[in-house]
Amino acid sequence: MKNLVIAIILAILVSGCAREEVDYVSVWHWMTDRADAFDELAIQYRDKTGVEVRFELYAPSPSYSERIRAAAQTDNLPDIFGVLGEKRDLASFINAGHVANLSGYMEKPDSTGLSWRDTLFPAALEINKFREVNVYEVKEGIYGAPIDIMNIPMLYNKRLFERAGLDPERPPLTWDEFIEYGQKLKQAGINVFSSGFGETWLIESLAYNYAFNIMGEEKVLDTFRGDVPYSDIGWVHTFTIFEDMKKHNLITEDSVTMINRLAEQQFATERVAFSFNGSWCVNVYRGMNPDLEYSTMLPPKYSDEHNMVIWGGAGSSFLVNARAARKDEAVEFLRWLTADEQQAFLSEETRNLPSNKDSLDLIEEEILIDFSQRMQHITHPNVWPVTEEHDIREAMNRGIQQILIGERTPEELANRLERLKN
Amino acid sequence: MNRTTKDYVKNYLFVVPAVLMFIVFSAYPFYKIIELSLVRWDGISPVMQFIGLDNFTHIFTSNPTWWLSVRNALYVTALALVFQNGLALFLAYIVDKDIKGKNFYRTIFFLPPILSGIAVGIIWNWILQGDYGLLNQLLIRLNLSGLARSWMSNPRTALTSIAVIHMWQGLGWGFLILLAGLQSIPRDIYEAARIDGACEFKVFTKITAPLMIPTFFIVSILTILGTMRIYDIIVATTGGGPGYHTEVPISRIIATMLGSSRFGYASAMGVVFGLMLLVISIIQIKMSKKMERT
Amino acid sequence: MRKITGIFNHSILIIMVIVCIFPMVWVVSSSLKSQQTVFTDMSLIPSEMQFENYTRTWQQGNFGDYFFNSVYYTVIVVFGVLFISSLAGFGLTRLKIPGKNIIFIILISTMMIPIPGAFIALYVLLANLGLINTRTGYILCMINGGLPFAIFLFKSFFEGISKDLEDAAKIDGCNKFQLYMKIAMPLSKPIIAIVVIHNALMVWNEYILAMLVLTDRKLMPLQRGLMVFQGTHIADYHLLMAGIAITTIPIIIIYFLMQKHIISGVMAGALK
Repeated sequence: MKNLVIAIILAILVSGCAREEVDYVSVWHWMTDRADAFDELAIQYRDKTGVEVRFELYAPSPSYSERIRAAAQTDNLPDIFGVLGEKRDLASFINAGHVANLSGYMEKPDSTGLSWRDTLFPAALEINKFREVNVYEVKEGIYGAPIDIMNIPMLYNKRLFERAGLDPERPPLTWDEFIEYGQKLKQAGINVFSSGFGETWLIESLAYNYAFNIMGEEKVLDTFRGDVPYSDIGWVHTFTIFEDMKKHNLITEDSVTMINRLAEQQFATERVAFSFNGSWCVNVYRGMNPDLEYSTMLPPKYSDEHNMVIWGGAGSSFLVNARAARKDEAVEFLRWLTADEQQAFLSEETRNLPSNKDSLDLIEEEILIDFSQRMQHITHPNVWPVTEEHDIREAMNRGIQQILIGERTPEELANRLERLKN
Repeated sequence: MNRTTKDYVKNYLFVVPAVLMFIVFSAYPFYKIIELSLVRWDGISPVMQFIGLDNFTHIFTSNPTWWLSVRNALYVTALALVFQNGLALFLAYIVDKDIKGKNFYRTIFFLPPILSGIAVGIIWNWILQGDYGLLNQLLIRLNLSGLARSWMSNPRTALTSIAVIHMWQGLGWGFLILLAGLQSIPRDIYEAARIDGACEFKVFTKITAPLMIPTFFIVSILTILGTMRIYDIIVATTGGGPGYHTEVPISRIIATMLGSSRFGYASAMGVVFGLMLLVISIIQIKMSKKMERT
Repeated sequence: MRKITGIFNHSILIIMVIVCIFPMVWVVSSSLKSQQTVFTDMSLIPSEMQFENYTRTWQQGNFGDYFFNSVYYTVIVVFGVLFISSLAGFGLTRLKIPGKNIIFIILISTMMIPIPGAFIALYVLLANLGLINTRTGYILCMINGGLPFAIFLFKSFFEGISKDLEDAAKIDGCNKFQLYMKIAMPLSKPIIAIVVIHNALMVWNEYILAMLVLTDRKLMPLQRGLMVFQGTHIADYHLLMAGIAITTIPIIIIYFLMQKHIISGVMAGALK
């Protein structure tokens, strides 16, 4: 007995000592839906170039975030990785010297005279770009290669529209119209709107869309800078959107705490007419219900003052480790990964919008074309020169939840945010 | 070396492996967390800024959300102590009394703890949803549609729903430990009491309960430590909402760490929380020692 | 009167059985549905059973690769925790060790401090020890994680053992280790059972530490296979449910088989 124990302890100690030499390009990612496609591309790449690339998946996202942070502390980051989170987090990784500036590689023309940058969707590059002067004090440059693009519009179910006697080719354009459509849907016994507002980033995204629509980009950014108070009527109006939703029973009660996965399930199974979700949902909906007939729309305008915008840009991006031993090989691989053929493959496999312009023009699936056309209305916090502090955004998102359950009024939330800001 | 020192050295050998494990794998992380609690750090940058006790001052003076989250966890803990353990004791008690199929019950009641967090989240989302939830459908069928609601989005029921899910999952553990405790009580004590003509309730309060104090103590300390750290269920169901109704300490720590990248502050929250649990546990240990003696 | 309480007791038991068994039945039932019917067909017995979901899930999640790892980790961690914690529990109660209360409090304090903040420190530590991406690193961390609770249980239990047995054994000429091996351990079967179950479950369902410490997928435990079906943009709920069933059922079976030993263990404990 005693000997057995000692033998086992020795065995595990010894088994830990063997370490192999690394002779491949290592990639860490969190994209469970793309894991198989990546593995297949890695095989193709090895067959073509002889360079071995190994993708390792770490999920769910918090685990991935922990892992790259921990690895950064010991310089154990792989050759290629991604940073989840906000631009501030990306900036920290860059400033700590973990991320290679890809500008040089991006601009160098290849044999056909085109540079890497020319092949990629411009708005997607913006997400990983730092301008000459930026609040993060990062050296100017492009620090990541987008492997897909996305946007977060509103969605509506065409069949449920028909059932309520609404024109499936004409979604509501204004807020009043939205309320009117909502009443008709309700009369037909159909739930109006649901979204995964339990994951507060969806609230944040929709709220900022309306803030831009009501106040315009400059005024919103001035609020972040502290030049416009949150108690401004524009913000009160922004929050009133959500009060209206509650007042007119346009949003399902569940939405307030629903995780997005559940919201996706509800929309896919035709239990609700409108939703608010990103373009990655195409694959999800198709999996859940191939017969779903839906289309995208911009959130109905509340004000005529400014344009309605939606969040969009690069979906996921890969970065190259600045200290990687195989830096050039890593860059070469990313370039191959974002070339038209591979982008078409990824798009085909996972129904994400490709970041390569040529592949984007080649998409055939109607709903994906629909989504790709929304790219002209996009904005994203990563491209804004200033962003709001995390705590204030969190207070806003939670506050909107409180409005949706009737615990707070838009005015109260606006005043609370103003107090927090000071 | 004289005989007693030699003896002591031999005795220490028994605890050396545990102490060694602690020193290598726990002491350093502890030290690191305490060190981090005194700095401002984003978790990535090579520079940390020492700020003394500022993080702690802020937690104690201007972080109402944190204390709200502690209150929420205490609420769930109180419910779990009373209802989960009460029910577990009741079930263990009737199963202990020669009911057929002990094995069966022991396996069945242990199914919920076996399920992983993700499964629990999915299943309970399906049960507690407002529109198509199973519970509401059941209520409607029982002509109780007035009670139907969106259980996890309603501010009045959100936290209690979380507590119910948590208790459902924790019940099996309490049952298992309490049953083990009950079964280690020699049967002849019961026989003797029965011959004396004591009624069942009296037997329980006068004989069973006193013998079970150490077991109660184990179960309650496990319940407290497990429930105060509730997190998985919340991520998979409400995400802390609506508003702040289901925020708990661990969700706050993780949001501060990975959401707003304030590792120093999050570490300070961790230290405060750890000390709170330590104090609760020491009070419990003291209390149980006292009870055992009387 | 007796009969009424009997009926009452039995009905409560039956209700609890349904409440506890229902989700598991649901998992299995959903795992046999198709991708479309999993949301629409709410019946417990699906009209069409798709048993091929299981083979698909097994292959897609590469469960075969991870299964061995999980069994390996579980066996060693359970064994390690059991050995180290029972020794410590025995030492801290039955032997003269100056300062043992302080040692005890320090040892179980790991149980109180929440780990979320510790992952960077843990990673740095393992990296310095050369244990990142090794089975050893993962196993040692898991053992360390299981120790406080087990020490706590063993200590509480050993405190209750009567001293007579020990004295008798001493007269028979047992040394301390034999006392621990031959007297204390056989008596503590109920605690051993709880420690085994607790740690086996902990290791079996663990993924957070695995995701941090391990790099190669060939070292990853079973939960990594499940990961593939539960990402944010995943629609295959029927396969996820099959995956959950695949990961859960072995532990239910082991648990059920262990019942016998728990019972006999508990009985042995009752003889004291």
